[in-house]
Amino acid sequence: MPIIVKVDICVGCEACANECPFGAIKMKDEKAVIGDKCTLCGTCVDICPSFAIEMTDEPRSAPAADLSAYKGVWVFAEQRNNKIVPVACELLGEGRRLADSLGEELSAVLFGTGMDVEAKSLIEAGADRVYQVEDGLLNEFHEDAYADALSQLIKKYKPEIVLAGATSIGRAFVPIVATRVRTGLTADCTALGIDSENKNLLQTRPAFGGNIMATIACPNNRPQMATVRPGVMKRLPADTGRTGEIIKEAPAGPLASRTRLLETIEEAGHKINISEAEIIVSGGRGMGEKGFELLKEIADMLGGVVGATRAAVDSGWMPYPRQIGQTGRTVCPRLYIACGISGAIQHLAGMQSSDMIIAINKDPDAPIFNVADIGIVGDVFEVLPAFARKLKELKG
Amino acid sequence: MNIAVCVKQVPDASEVKIDKATGTMVREGVPAILNPFDTYAVEEAICLKEKHGGKVTTVTMGPPQAGDVLKHTVAMGADDVMLISDRAFAGADTWATSYTLGLGLKKLDSLDLVICGKQAIDGDTAQVGPGIAENLGLPFVAYVRKIVDVSNGKMKVERLIEDGYEVVEVSLPAVITVVKEINTPRMPSLKGKMKAKSLEIKPLSAEAIGAEAEKIGLAGSPTKVMKVFSPPPKGNRERIEGTPDEQAARLVEKLKGLKII
Repeated sequence: MPIIVKVDICVGCEACANECPFGAIKMKDEKAVIGDKCTLCGTCVDICPSFAIEMTDEPRSAPAADLSAYKGVWVFAEQRNNKIVPVACELLGEGRRLADSLGEELSAVLFGTGMDVEAKSLIEAGADRVYQVEDGLLNEFHEDAYADALSQLIKKYKPEIVLAGATSIGRAFVPIVATRVRTGLTADCTALGIDSENKNLLQTRPAFGGNIMATIACPNNRPQMATVRPGVMKRLPADTGRTGEIIKEAPAGPLASRTRLLETIEEAGHKINISEAEIIVSGGRGMGEKGFELLKEIADMLGGVVGATRAAVDSGWMPYPRQIGQTGRTVCPRLYIACGISGAIQHLAGMQSSDMIIAINKDPDAPIFNVADIGIVGDVFEVLPAFARKLKELKG
Repeated sequence: MNIAVCVKQVPDASEVKIDKATGTMVREGVPAILNPFDTYAVEEAICLKEKHGGKVTTVTMGPPQAGDVLKHTVAMGADDVMLISDRAFAGADTWATSYTLGLGLKKLDSLDLVICGKQAIDGDTAQVGPGIAENLGLPFVAYVRKIVDVSNGKMKVERLIEDGYEVVEVSLPAVITVVKEINTPRMPSLKGKMKAKSLEIKPLSAEAIGAEAEKIGLAGSPTKVMKVFSPPPKGNRERIEGTPDEQAARLVEKLKGLKII
């Protein structure tokens, strides 16, 4: 084990045992003992006031290649049905900021045919360059064809940073790419930055359903890759005057796929993609079936959509695609109104990074109030109808 | 069908409490369980075996006590288990974990299918499933919500996407990850529990699976955790008091201030 407690220095203060994110440190005879659950995250090394815990540097894999050969920030511009998804433009906004602070260029990668207008829109959203891989197979999503196309581009052009949306497509194929090019990938990031000392990309992400945050770097491998949660980064206003270079790339060989798309089905409950909604009015067990009609009415007036807890979905009041939480979707809208939701940790995991959370619940001690910016203690069946009436008056 | 299911032992999220004073997670005394998403993967594998015959093997990488979750899968109906356990694996990120599980899976004969849960509830990365597929050189389909049909070396599945689902055909052998919608996991049977109880698990070491030292554990992991911290507690917390009418009126004012209405 490359981590040791120097027993002669350890004063038994238990600071490490209390802070260990993995519960891996126990006290024995007033000395810290690191157990099997240790993941070598190093939290205890930083926290120990007596400097009694040391992590010996393992012979880490030497840099695979000359890291300075890797230049530029890339954004994978995901498209569905020939439309660029919103997170791609958000990433171009963030990518612009990162590229400028590194003094490097920002490029977008676009897959599929008949996408010339979209390619130009990526320049307007902040890209200096667009690599456009025009292959009919890439019009639809296939894990292996997408992974082949992106891996080939990375090997050819050697970008320093590659960002993609943490969408069902991004999270499915980008890990294959990172595995193939032998580099690190950080999932579902909510903040990115550049280390002022060594220019490494610092990638911050929630874990344990948002109960802890981790900042991760990829010091010895390139590119540094991350998927980023939709709705977190800010897009730039489209600048129609911006110019850039569009490079049409042919795949190195014919792309193939071992999967075949037979059919795409849009479901009523799915039509609204709750992960990209800006305003969500969400209900729990306390709402009842009738209560959800009220939520729908309010959501419509606010220009938002209705979400639900697992209990409400299990009761059949809302379809599964609207479920928010650990076993449903993770959302981070501008506004989240939690109605009759107590705030089980599994639900909080799916919504606590929302910009503004308003909670309405009759139990003043409900855990939902711990994450809410504004709390209203009251009966949802009194507060919400009053709220709906006032909204209606405003609409005239 | 010969099916392998990759599983992980995780802390039980429903037992995790937040210390109100410090805002940090209380991890003391939190029981370890089979990752909830993996229970769907195990259930689906057992259903396929019941329909098509064959064998279900569950595989995990972790400390020796991770064998407990393998026993749980046997109690549910898995036939065989593989525990890959070695100090040298400590600190593995998703790259090194995928590599290690890939090597373990290569030791299983004539696999038709590898099933993983969508993600683990502690790391939430969803990266090991696709990483395993790449290590095995197999096709991959993520977020499967239904297996429609298996025939002639092919499998037809429904895959969840943002605005609906896709019906996809994949050639076998393949790797898939499954979502909660796919089934309702069974409870362990009494017979299964008896079998699990008497099961002796021999862990496989790094050497036993032929792992290269520079590709496992902390040393083999491209990513490095720089800092772990509790999310900052939310500031500006406020309560709106009054009668329901007054509360509703204040709420409307707030939303106007936020330029939402």
